[in-house]
Amino acid sequence: MKSIEELKAIKAKVQAELNTRDAVGDADTRIVVGMATCGIAAGARPVLNAFLEEVKNRHLSGVKVTQTGCLGMCRLEPMVEVYVPGKDKVTYIKITPDAVKKIIAEHIVNGNVVSEYVIRNNN
Amino acid sequence: MRELSLNILDIAENSISAGASLIDISLILRDKRLSVNIRDNGRGMSREFLKTVTDPFTTSRTTRKVGVGIPFFKMAAEMTGGSFDIESTVGEGTLTSAVFITDSVDFIPLGDIGETVGTLIMHAPLISFSLKIDVNGKIYEFDTMEIKDVLGEDVPIDNPEVIDFIKNTINENFYNINGGSIL
Repeated sequence: MKSIEELKAIKAKVQAELNTRDAVGDADTRIVVGMATCGIAAGARPVLNAFLEEVKNRHLSGVKVTQTGCLGMCRLEPMVEVYVPGKDKVTYIKITPDAVKKIIAEHIVNGNVVSEYVIRNNN
Repeated sequence: MRELSLNILDIAENSISAGASLIDISLILRDKRLSVNIRDNGRGMSREFLKTVTDPFTTSRTTRKVGVGIPFFKMAAEMTGGSFDIESTVGEGTLTSAVFITDSVDFIPLGDIGETVGTLIMHAPLISFSLKIDVNGKIYEFDTMEIKDVLGEDVPIDNPEVIDFIKNTINENFYNINGGSIL
């Protein structure tokens, strides 16, 4: 059973990480997942949580995973928008938890947009 | 929706949009009857609007935050032979509830309720969420206020490590009170 002790240990660990990060002073990269009925029905919740998992496992400080409502193209959900400071916004469509791993590794970590999931004119 | 917990997420997202500061979710299982209740203290809905929320085709564009989410939830309950109800008072909040008959072939599995609550907290970390699961009298209660008491001011509740803890603790406790299985 998970306990308060375990939560306290997490708190101490996170506090230490936050202190290090304040010293570095990174700007935030934002990953925004559409979480309206259309997104949820298409699988946005596991996608959001896959992003969270990757951010946690890779200790990506300076990356914030957030949610929004309907992004307007329900048939292309789950949709994800990535905002890297100083770069154009990138909109990804039909994202799966496997695609999340790729986006984190190639786009967020290495700075290369994953073109196979980027929205196009003919989508 | 492939999981009932996704319907619950969708309904609770309406509560967030309605400006709620408190959102309570309860799951009460008595033999083959599962009651799901989502209560918020958001801005509520007028009597006229309330009449139309279960109909996807009369929902107007300006009130899009409701959309097809409520009709989906209602349908999921009624398919099993259960029922659906929604009560709302302007300025006070909304209670959305449904009863599911769990041995119906049309019962959609509950799925990952921990992930639903974690997702809601990530979306709206300032809102107080509570979850009560009652399986034939065995009760587990979760409240973000208790988590925030432990975390204090320095560590936000939407930190990935904390959300991961919350998801796991909810699912483990549910698993334990439900005799080592999930719904």
